[in-house]
Amino acid sequence: MLFHSVDDVSARLAGTGYLASRAVATTVFLADRLGKPLLVEGPAGVGKTELAKAVAEVAGARLVRLQCYEGVDESRALYEWNHAKQLLRISAGRDETWDEARTDIFGEEFLLPRPLLTAIRGDDPKVLLIDETDKADVEVEGLLLEVLSDFQVTVPELGTVTATRRPFVVLTSNASRELSEALRRRCLFLHIGFPDEELERAIVRLKVPDLDAALTASVVRVVGALRAMELRKVPSVAETVDWARTLLALGAGTLDETVVKDTLGVLLKHQDDVLRASAKLDLDAV
Amino acid sequence: MTAPGVAERLTSLVGALRAHGMRIGTGETVDAAHAVDALGLADREALREGLAATLLHSQVQRPVFDPVFDLYFPASVGGPRTAPADRDELRDRLAAALADDDTALLGRLAAEAVDGFGAYGSPSGADGWSSYQTLDRLRPQTLFARVRDDVRARGGGAGFDGRLVGDEVRRRIAHFRALVATEARRRVAERRDRDEIARRAVAPTPDRVDFLYAGKAQLAELRRTVQPLARKLATRLAARRRRAARGSIDLRRTLRASLSTGGVPVRPVLRRRRPVRPELVLLCDVSGSVSGFSDFTMLLVQALHDQFSKVRVFAFVNRVDEVTGLLVRGAADPEGLGARIDAEAALTSHHGSSDYGAALGEFALRYGGAVGPRTTVFVLGDARTNHGDPNLPALREITGRARRVHWLNPEPRDLWGTGDSVAPDYAAIAEMRECRNARQLGALVSRLLPV
Repeated sequence: MLFHSVDDVSARLAGTGYLASRAVATTVFLADRLGKPLLVEGPAGVGKTELAKAVAEVAGARLVRLQCYEGVDESRALYEWNHAKQLLRISAGRDETWDEARTDIFGEEFLLPRPLLTAIRGDDPKVLLIDETDKADVEVEGLLLEVLSDFQVTVPELGTVTATRRPFVVLTSNASRELSEALRRRCLFLHIGFPDEELERAIVRLKVPDLDAALTASVVRVVGALRAMELRKVPSVAETVDWARTLLALGAGTLDETVVKDTLGVLLKHQDDVLRASAKLDLDAV
Repeated sequence: MTAPGVAERLTSLVGALRAHGMRIGTGETVDAAHAVDALGLADREALREGLAATLLHSQVQRPVFDPVFDLYFPASVGGPRTAPADRDELRDRLAAALADDDTALLGRLAAEAVDGFGAYGSPSGADGWSSYQTLDRLRPQTLFARVRDDVRARGGGAGFDGRLVGDEVRRRIAHFRALVATEARRRVAERRDRDEIARRAVAPTPDRVDFLYAGKAQLAELRRTVQPLARKLATRLAARRRRAARGSIDLRRTLRASLSTGGVPVRPVLRRRRPVRPELVLLCDVSGSVSGFSDFTMLLVQALHDQFSKVRVFAFVNRVDEVTGLLVRGAADPEGLGARIDAEAALTSHHGSSDYGAALGEFALRYGGAVGPRTTVFVLGDARTNHGDPNLPALREITGRARRVHWLNPEPRDLWGTGDSVAPDYAAIAEMRECRNARQLGALVSRLLPV
């Protein structure tokens, strides 16, 4: 057990600089209590990966990260035999009998543990982060099922490795591919959306403490208005913080048409979004 | 250990969610009970999040989950124990609460409003509570100007963000309306069968809304799903293409490569497929009833346009016109799409009802060149000809010229062939599929789109 209560989660995550909403804190608490993996979805830039890092810091645990990409496979995710070393071992011991050599080269020494196996072995606390799970192929999901439901990995030559201490598992997904129902069932589901105004103000204050408080409030309100528009890519928390930093660097005291117009590119990444937002915010009046 | 009453509450909540098409297994229900155990019942919002985390599998289920949760784990029981409110006085307090953006107070006001103005039926024992009636009497939307001026007067609207006040107030009013709806549902559920209310009074997830019966708000909701859906479909298409590209062994290059390993073909070389991006033609009925479906599909295909070498979109009512240009990204605002098509394309002759025969004939005649052996044609419409000639030869001609023709029909299959529908006749020539909601459309598009 890492946490006593939901409030304890909020307070300790805040201590590492991660301001969690009520939903995030509750779900993290449950994931710890029920010992289930946490599947985090949400738009880019709302702090999905950061959450795992923050939990690791709070728990004083080692963060083991598996970055998924198209074509990631067993030997990248689970374990691999160190072939080169095995060959060396064989040629070093020429006068050995076959039995001695065989039992020897499939030992721990020649095993290269990859993130999933690393997270399961050993007694120290760990946080396993499986990032961008949706990028991996469907076959890898099958691999994850065994690991995530029983926290064990089967290596044919060594036998089954079962976790003596369950890692805290966080999976993130951008929903570019629908994850399989089987995987979802094994996880607690958490959607991190855009934070409400108050929380976002607090985040900006934390990340850009030098920005004037009134300006911070204005920044958050404008971003909120942009999110309500039908845009191709609405600004995320990361963009809000970037914008706040930009305004600080420019030395802007208040928001006005010119400042917003010049810096809108920090928030919006498509030209037609910029056009539409300018029209809605009456920026062309100047 | 959870109290027995809670366990029962929980299982009926799960039952109501299942009735809305969510697949929740027993394992999840047990997890949810563990969650209740760990969180306790004191903090309702924590409980809500905890149950959502254990029972839900995706965010689209959330808009269904929240109202159902409110029914089974209500914030309070019975009406607010206050004197019946006076309308003007309540409006004053509401205006103040909206100006302050005081969410807790808004919730209490919603309860009072439903209690005071929502009851209908005989005066002796009221039969129910209506959010419609409450909002009709209270008219929160008419407070807009007052609240906005109030916020501005207090200096909340100084400087640049002053221009945002209007939209913010509008959002707060919409939020209050939602609170009233929730409260009215809760009061009704106290009176009648809760399971029944949960099934009927809670709107389905947007991807399961029937295109033909979708209201304006639901269509707007649907449009917001176009981009994510398109991204998902593009990923699926790319995966299908990759798989299709894996194929036969290139013998010449395999033998050439084997020379470096002493003539043993260690690594087989596969034949590369030349990427041919297919062409797509969309032929859409945009007349009244099916326009919601057509608009959505057009936007979806447009969002997918980089997957194809060429996309051409034609719209018809009883005449055909090309509308590809109207869909170009950036120029298009999705809301006004239907209106723009009406205004800028010549789709009707002397009457305004749809005529499939004439439209197909004209398409084959004027735009026949758009359809070639690499083209996949999608026809969207309900195949209701208003008793006109279905003009089957025209469709046969298009089918003969195209690589594939798919017909997507937004009507339920049971209704095909009833009344003036000639769906079975068309279905005999081109493959016709039922496509009633965004979920079905997504599944069809990912399967039918050419790779």
